[in-house]
Amino acid sequence: MKVRYLFGGGIHPSEQKISQDAPIEEMEVPERVVVPLSQHIGAPCEATVSPGDRVKKGDRVGQATGFVSVNVHAPISGVVKSIGLFPHPLGRPLPAVEIESDGEDTWTDRLKPHEDYMDLSPEELKEIIRDMGIVGMGGAAFPTHVKLSPPKEKTIDTFIINGAECEPYLTADHRLMLEEAESIIAGARIAMRSLGVDRGIIAIESNKPDAIEKMRGLTEDIPELEVVALRVRYPQGAEKQLIKTLLNREVPFSGGLPMDVGVIVQNVGTLSAIYKAIRFGLPLIERITTVTGSGVHTPKNLRARIGTPIEVLIEACGGFSTEVGKVIIGGPMMGVSQYSLEVPVVKGTSGILVQPLSEVEEGVDHPCIRCGSCIRACPALLMPTILAVFAQRDMFKEAERYDVVDCIECGCCDYVCPARIPLVQLLRYAKAEVLARRKKAA
Amino acid sequence: MWIAIFCLSGLGLLASLGLGLAAKRFAVEVDPKIEAVEGVLPGINCGACGYPGCSHFARALVKEGAPVGGCIAGGEDTALALSELMGVKAVIGEKRVAVVLCKGGREESTTKFTYRGVEDCKAAIIVSGGDKACPYGCLGLRTCERVCPFDAVVISEGGIAIIDPEKCTGCGICIKECPKEIIRLVPVGKRVSILCYSNEKGSEVRKKCAVGCIACETCVRVCPFDAISMEGNLAVLDHERCQVCGLCIPRCPTRAIEGRDEPFPQVEIIEERCTGCGICTMVCPVDAIEGEKEEVHTVSEERCVGCLLCIDRCPEEAIRIRGPAHSALESVVR
Repeated sequence: MKVRYLFGGGIHPSEQKISQDAPIEEMEVPERVVVPLSQHIGAPCEATVSPGDRVKKGDRVGQATGFVSVNVHAPISGVVKSIGLFPHPLGRPLPAVEIESDGEDTWTDRLKPHEDYMDLSPEELKEIIRDMGIVGMGGAAFPTHVKLSPPKEKTIDTFIINGAECEPYLTADHRLMLEEAESIIAGARIAMRSLGVDRGIIAIESNKPDAIEKMRGLTEDIPELEVVALRVRYPQGAEKQLIKTLLNREVPFSGGLPMDVGVIVQNVGTLSAIYKAIRFGLPLIERITTVTGSGVHTPKNLRARIGTPIEVLIEACGGFSTEVGKVIIGGPMMGVSQYSLEVPVVKGTSGILVQPLSEVEEGVDHPCIRCGSCIRACPALLMPTILAVFAQRDMFKEAERYDVVDCIECGCCDYVCPARIPLVQLLRYAKAEVLARRKKAA
Repeated sequence: MWIAIFCLSGLGLLASLGLGLAAKRFAVEVDPKIEAVEGVLPGINCGACGYPGCSHFARALVKEGAPVGGCIAGGEDTALALSELMGVKAVIGEKRVAVVLCKGGREESTTKFTYRGVEDCKAAIIVSGGDKACPYGCLGLRTCERVCPFDAVVISEGGIAIIDPEKCTGCGICIKECPKEIIRLVPVGKRVSILCYSNEKGSEVRKKCAVGCIACETCVRVCPFDAISMEGNLAVLDHERCQVCGLCIPRCPTRAIEGRDEPFPQVEIIEERCTGCGICTMVCPVDAIEGEKEEVHTVSEERCVGCLLCIDRCPEEAIRIRGPAHSALESVVR
């Protein structure tokens, strides 16, 4: 299959994949972890432990509440020290369970492996995926079982395995595809079985030729899986853009979902976690995180336990190499700057980017010169400059009419704006207001 | 040329005739009363009355019997004018003004990070809840200043919104807009306010702000009228009970309480009238009145805080406010 680059807009920032040759490194068991009860989009968990309880690795510490919610588990064995508000990558303190290690790192005896997992029914598979706390690991952390349960009236014909990893700097998915490709393919087959789909596309950007080769080699005998090399373009790893590129289908505006066009997209990390959860009964308690940027000594890809403070990860990479300007969780385009190094790694932490002070720009914004760069760059086909004016003037009805809710907050408009207008912030503001108004009206 | 003049004037005449007829034929009848009411209203469409704008309120007042005191921005004068127009008696409540419950400016408080972005509190709050370390702190990014229809809000040098009680009409627009929800309405005569809304533990507050409420409860103990109570880790003032004695203001260790800018009026005892009954000594919360039973009492200038409680309680009307302004104030107290 020859891929033409089809999605509109987008940019090509410097790729900066400086950690792509660093093999995944196992981190030491942290002495203390802080496990947030809300690591996913949807209802937060309820704590099922209390201070003083002894927990083993893999024990459930948070129970899902509602359908759009998943469990969280103890990433280490030890004693629950406290339950309270702790810093969270989202930027505000949120409820979390603090666990102090006993140094033994023993697994719980409740693990339920399934040797012949392909005999399980789709319902059983989804049940396990939910219990094991699997969420989308590309960054958004949307509960996976929800995505795998489209309503009956939607027919799904294609499953996309997202290995695009289009954000600059990040290499966690790349390394996973090289080192644990088998688990990704097995996870994809589980997800496809639970969806009843027999066509899968593995999408990888062409700046990862070794990963493409590896995946091609492994899928040679699997007719339902196909590997597609994509042209490098940001934000190609975003669901809607990926669907447009691969299948030339457009997800409808005003809050449409991939399932509306018969597609489900899952990140490679999620699929690997699905396989481990179903085959070995392992809950999601660790993930691969890229620690990178010219502000750290040795950029690395670390396998870190959920709840490890990012300070520990930065230490594991030799610490800061220079005066730090910004520490960002996620990539440079969509990540969130942090003000505390106590923030823990959560299920959606794909990377930690350290920018030295010299790379951080003093932002001064100027009036819009109406050049239209942002409109050309917007992959969601919106008009950021117009929406920004609506946001500045609190004209939310107009913003809604111009589909501000379809903004994917990818940062392309900010990246290209010669006037340095904080467009994404304005759009996020308008989006939040519009959604709040809709909720109120409902 | 004559043809042109003739044609154009003819056209003009024809059009004016048409317009004139249309004005007669399609005239919209307006209740003159509604127009008169609208003339009295301030006309800034603030919406504090609960209607979309002044003309809607005018219609509601005339047709649906909305209260004449409904225009909050107009205050007492408008209410009186409206009551005259409508021929009903106005019930005038005390004017209330908005107060920002934060005084931790850049000098006094700490920040989590350097904020660079949109100058608007509601937009800034998306970025990790704003740069102030205190989650309840005023961000000072001018959202309330922008929405105030009366220009009553200024941002201080330290980056705190300050509301001018003279200009504020209590319309409440800023209260709805403030994303930190730290603006409250306070009766204008009782402007003592605890200018902190932080419910964090005292030690946390201390780390983040030099002028926050640290929940020491000193004010609760000091208040003679039980007007201050603790709600979690925050002292909250009940304006119904507050007598504006100002005792709590100097006692607050972090200077979080403010209000009462004018000097405290003190009381004195009219010697000829005092019978030495001793009631005032029991009433006085600060033990400022002394004297033997059945003998003329005296007020200590050092201790009297001017709460004026005693004036009302003296059976002989023997206590008055010291200085020239006493008669006006006394009538208010009684």
